[in-house]
This record gives sequence, C-alpha cells and structure tokens, in this order.
Amino acid sequence: MRINLRKMHDNQLGTIAAIKVTGNLGRRIREMGLVPGTEIKIQGRAPLYDPVALRVRGATITLRNNEADYIEVEVTE
Amino acid sequence: MRATVALAGNPNSGKTTLFNELTGARQHVGNYPGVTVEKKEGTYTGKDFQLHVVDLPGTYSLTAYSLEEVVARDFLVNEKPEVVVNIVDASNLERNLYLAVQFLEMGIPVCIALNMIDVAKKRGIEIHADKLSSLLGVPVTPTVARNGKGKRELMEHAAQIIQGKKEFLPLKISYGGDVDRALMDMENEIQANSFLIDTYPARWIALKYMENDEQILDKGKKTNPELAAGLEEMVKKVSRHLQETLDTYPEAMIADQRYGYIKSILKQGVIYQKYDQNRLYSSDKIDKVLTNRFLGPIFMLAVIAGLYHLVFTYSEVPVGWAERLFGWLGHGVSALLPDGLLKSLLVSGVIDGVGGVLGFVPLIMFMFFGIAILEDSGYLARVAFMLDRIFRIFGLHGSSVMAFIVSGGIAGGCAVPGVMATRTLRSPRERLATLLTVPFMNCGAKLPVFALLIAAFFAKYEAMIMFMITIGAWAGALLVAKLLRVTVIKGASTPFVMELPPYRMPTFKGLAIHTWERTWQYIKKAGTVILGFSIILWAMMTFPSLPDSTLQKFEIQRHALLNAVPPAIVHQLESNTVETELSREAQNLKKQIARLDLKEAEAQLRNSVAGRIGSALEKVSRWAGFDWRTNIALIGGFAAKEVVVSTLGTAYSLGEADSEKSRSLSETLANDPNWSPLVALGLIVFTIFYSPCFVSVVCISRESGSWKWGAFAVAFNTLLAFGLAVLIFQIGSALGA
Repeated sequence: MRINLRKMHDNQLGTIAAIKVTGNLGRRIREMGLVPGTEIKIQGRAPLYDPVALRVRGATITLRNNEADYIEVEVTE
Repeated sequence: MRATVALAGNPNSGKTTLFNELTGARQHVGNYPGVTVEKKEGTYTGKDFQLHVVDLPGTYSLTAYSLEEVVARDFLVNEKPEVVVNIVDASNLERNLYLAVQFLEMGIPVCIALNMIDVAKKRGIEIHADKLSSLLGVPVTPTVARNGKGKRELMEHAAQIIQGKKEFLPLKISYGGDVDRALMDMENEIQANSFLIDTYPARWIALKYMENDEQILDKGKKTNPELAAGLEEMVKKVSRHLQETLDTYPEAMIADQRYGYIKSILKQGVIYQKYDQNRLYSSDKIDKVLTNRFLGPIFMLAVIAGLYHLVFTYSEVPVGWAERLFGWLGHGVSALLPDGLLKSLLVSGVIDGVGGVLGFVPLIMFMFFGIAILEDSGYLARVAFMLDRIFRIFGLHGSSVMAFIVSGGIAGGCAVPGVMATRTLRSPRERLATLLTVPFMNCGAKLPVFALLIAAFFAKYEAMIMFMITIGAWAGALLVAKLLRVTVIKGASTPFVMELPPYRMPTFKGLAIHTWERTWQYIKKAGTVILGFSIILWAMMTFPSLPDSTLQKFEIQRHALLNAVPPAIVHQLESNTVETELSREAQNLKKQIARLDLKEAEAQLRNSVAGRIGSALEKVSRWAGFDWRTNIALIGGFAAKEVVVSTLGTAYSLGEADSEKSRSLSETLANDPNWSPLVALGLIVFTIFYSPCFVSVVCISRESGSWKWGAFAVAFNTLLAFGLAVLIFQIGSALGA
C-alpha cells in the first residue's frame, strides 16, 4: 500500500516509493539519503507533531510535514 | 613542500575535530572572500614536511544548494588544493560516501579518512578499508579524530598523493541508458567547443547541466550563450522522456544511481553489519526522553535557564574585573592629566569606549562556551527540532530561539552575543531575520532605564510592567520577523531537512578552540570599529564647547558664591581632605558650587552637537511627548542603553546618576510637568524597540556581511519605535490619561 509519509505513524516501517519534488528541496531530500528504494522508519515527532524524525540508513533525519508531503512510501500494513 | 590540503566532509563527520587535531593551536580563522562563511586555515607538521590545511565548510553534496556548498566547490575549482582529504563518518558510511563519489566524479586528487571507526565498531559495523580503497581507487585511512588515531597515516597518504604521479581520472558512473546517452552527446559538444573545460572536466559540466545546477548554468550562459541554450535543450529532451517513461527527473535519476553505485561497492565485501541498521542505540534512547512530548520541553526550559545562568551569572565576576580594571584605568588617567579636552577624550572617549567593548568579552566567552557545548553535544539540533513549528509561523527557524534567549528573551541578556549566536543557523534568510530582530529583546542595559521609569511612575505595578515589557518585546520581535520575511527578506523558507547527529561528549579541546577563536574575532574586529564610534559619540556630546561669554557667566557666579562667605570657610573647603569634617557653612558652599557645576554641565550638554540635535528634534519628538532632554539621552543610548539614565541625569543637572542619585532622578521626573505616566510608557516602548546600540549594529553588519543591514536596523527600528511611542502618546492623550 502506498501512502504519504505524513500519514505514517510512529515506529512504522516503509520503503520510499517516489519523491515528487525537484529544485532545492528535492536535491536536499535526496542528498540526505532519501531516494526511492530506501527503507525508513518513523522515529518520532516533535512535541507539536511537526517536524517528523526518520531513521534512514542508520542515521536520524528530520523534515517538516509539508516537506514530507512530497514523499510517497510503500508500507506493508 | 608547502602544498595545500583541503578537509571536506559532511557536517557532523568529525571534520572540525580532525582539523583541530591536525593543526593544534596553529590556526587562523577568517572568512571566505565576500561571504560570512568561516574559513579556517592551519599548518600540519609531519616528519619531514609541512602542509597548509584548509577546513572547508561541512556539506552533504557539491550542488549549488547552499552558500557552504558553493564556497567549498569554488575553493576546490579555483584554488586547486593539491589534495582533498574527505572525512567520512564510518558509522554512517553509505550516506557519507555520497559526497566522496562527487569528488571522484570531479576527478580531483582525494584520499578518504574513515573517521569514527571506533563508534562504527561499537555499533557492530565492520569495514574493510583496504577493500574500499581498491574499489574506489583512492587511499582510505581509518581514523579516530577525537584522540588523533590514524592522523599520521592519513597525512602520509596525503603527502604521497602530492608527491606522486598518480592520475585522478574522473569517475564515470552509469546513470541509465537515456541519461548516459545524453551525457555522452553533451560531453562531445562541450569538448568540441572547449566549453568551460579549462576549469571543469567535460563530463562533470554535462552532469551539472543535467542536475540543473544554477551556478554552472549561469557561467555557461555568459561563456557561450548559443551552446548553453543547446545543452539546456538536450537536458529538456531527456527530462521530458524520463517523465513520460519513468515518471522521474534527471536529477533524481542521478541521485538514485549514485546511491546505487555506493550500494554496489559496499556489497562487494566492504561492510559487515552485525545488527539491524535501524537498531536503537543509547543516543536514540536518550532522545526518547529528551524529545518526548512532555519531558522534552521541560528539559529544554531547564537547559535554556542553565545556559542563561552560566552566561550571565558566572560571567558577572570576570565582567566585574574588567569593569574595575577600566574604572581604575580611568581614575588613573584622570589623576595624572590636567582637566581638559585630552583628559576627557582619553577617559570618556577611549577608555570608556574600549572598556565598553572589552567589558563584553567575558560575556561573549561564556556564551560561546555554553553554545559550543550544546552544539558539539548535538542538543542544539534537538532544540531546533522541537521549536521549529512555532518559529516557522514567523518565518524563522527552530534554531533561532538561542539567539533570542541570549539577547534577553529572559530579561537581562545582551544583543551582542545574541547576534553572534545566529551563526548556528544555516538558513540565510531565517538567519538574517533572526539577527535583525534579536535586538528587540530586553538586554541588561535597558533594565536600568525601565527601572528608573517604573520607579518614577508605576512603582505599584513593578512586576506586572516588567512582565508586560518582556511579553511586548517577544511579540514585537516575532511580528517584525514575520513582517521582514514577507517584505525585505521575502522568499520560501529554506528546507528544514537536517540530521539529528548522535549525542556525543564534547571534547574540552574542541570547546576551548571554538570559544577562543570566536571571542578573538569579536575583540579584533569589533574593537577597532567601536573605538572609532565611541570617539565620534564623545565628540558629539562634547563639542562645541560653551562660548566664552557663557563660561564667564558661570565663572562670575562661582566667584560670587565664594565672595559671599568669609574667606576662612573658602579656605576650609579648599584644604579639605576626606578625614576632616566640614563646618555647616562650608558644606553649604560646597553644595552650591556643585549645583552650579551641574548647571554648567547641563548647559554644555545642551550646547553640544548632540544637544542641538536633541533640541532640533524636539519639534518632532513632541508627538511622542519627549522633550530635548529625553532626546539627548536617547542619542546617548546609541552608545549603550544604560547611558540613557546617566545622560538624563546630566540633562536634569543632577550629574551622572549612580544608584543613589537615580532615586532623586526618578523623583525629579515624577514631579516634572513635561512628564506623565503616558510619556513614561511611550519611552519604555521606545527603549524596547529603537536602534540597537552601536556595538550591536557593528555586529549585525559583520554577521550579515553588509553595512546596509546595520543601517537598516538603526533606521527601521527607530522609526518603528517612534511610531509606537507616538501612537501611545496620542491615543492616551485623546483618552485623557
């Protein structure tokens, strides 16, 4: 099932399916290691539920919800 | 041999630690030409050679995404360092190699430092450096920057590259049939036209066109517009094709394939992982608590309060020493020199001015030390993470909070270290908006002004007014930040996407170097400019001196006073030492003479350039209910906000008000018909918002990289403050308050 990264719940696992953004934001997202095929895990969210922290390739990356909107994730459940 | 080694790597890869380890204390901090990005240089001394080491800014990539990346890339291209040492975090190998691959694609001489190999081992990651080295075709040296392990071997490798004849051919990665074909065609065109190839490899230029790299596109247009248009057309064609067939973009394709290439290398027996990559380490467990919905904010408040305490309470002692030293120096010079202009210049202009700058030094050192701990430990990134949602509303960044707090977000900070604290922000627009609004916070120097006015007019509501002042400053700062971000600093917010580095124990060496180099920069640069400003302000409040006729009038009055009493009393006064008690008549005479001296000081101040400006401004300032005395005091406040109180004292013939006299000053104000609670309220608001003191202005100019922003802060803040004060006074008067 393909869902938006924003909709994932804490500790959920998934695989990035697509990143629908170009320009600076797209470049930034990719150079942090988020490319299609990458496994991610939602590590948690800030006290105000935004930004979100992800576990990617053994590191923790944070992004704002409106940035996470461009990322589609394949999840199993 | 005096070759240059450039250190490059991701932020948090331990690059700065390695730099400190390699160069020790022999380093020099400056800026890259024309930008505010720090440039650190130093010297490494090996067994039989010396190397010039340059620490490039930490970057994740070599696109032209951020100032840091442009700076790093330009340095590599223009300065052509003999070798690049790429520091790679071994515990994060896959992501860190993304930058390494880009160096290889550029075909520059590079060797890799496999740093934090100890952390990797602890995490059950085993890396075969030899295998990695043979696959990438460059030397790979395991290092532990924190204790210097492996640094000698690393620099031997670097030296070998410098001496050796090894050729570094640009690495060619396959980006898939469509992109590869287009790259090949573009490369041919570029070669045939000798397009930019004296600076970059041909394939790399083609690649940058494919990645839509603004800097290269611009350069291309200037060099050969026709060919540039042709190349852009070729990129568009591939782009369309990729979107139709694979629903992707060339730049995304390129990034995917780079990671693919890295993965294929790592799979060939380079890395073995004992545990699952997403296993939680102690750092993540700490985060479960420190960024927890409830405990996180509480802990953050405690940390901020702690930082505040460290900066402002513990620095009190050394600040006191500095003040005493300069007070002593001032007294010494006063005693040595005869009264006159030279003495006034040295004492009021030079010593007070330099003292004012150096008085901040302990404060700045403590602030940088505290922030360095938060930064090096990794906690600052968590603060940004937790507070971003709030600060983003106002066009700022989560990291802005530190600068606001240090500037006086809790009343009693200082805008100078606050402005300098914005260095931790990596987003240029958010950083500018932050450093322009932090001076609204209530720094320690504004407090005596508030104290004076509250004591005179709102003594009953002291706590409430102080609370309102704090809230007002925050609200004003955030709203102005928002206003700036939709007008003069408009533009989309910089992507927040960032890394939360694992918590690490900061090393004392790192903290000490960090603190010292920033403090020294402040002393060096601010010191010279501020001394100049201080002398100008002194001159404004001193010249022109009173005309002789007026001086004579005061002299005649003084004589009249002396002649009115028996000579014995005059003699008693003149030969008076501290021990002997004066008779009542002599005390009376002393008081009268002192009063006359103060009258003369008032007349002198009113006659000076500052005084004339103050009087001239009265026409306008009446709108806010300020008279010429207040105007002069506010002009004086540009030197330092606490000067407002002492200048008001002089203007009211009370002499420079110290704590004892400030009581009489507040009584004077309370009884003066020109003053009312409404005027006082207006002045409080004006003091919160008007021009930052000139030390802050100098810092704002330096940190923003342009005097334009310093001038903007002076003009904009003063207009805003005046507008608010007028609003309060006019509405209040209309309501009959």
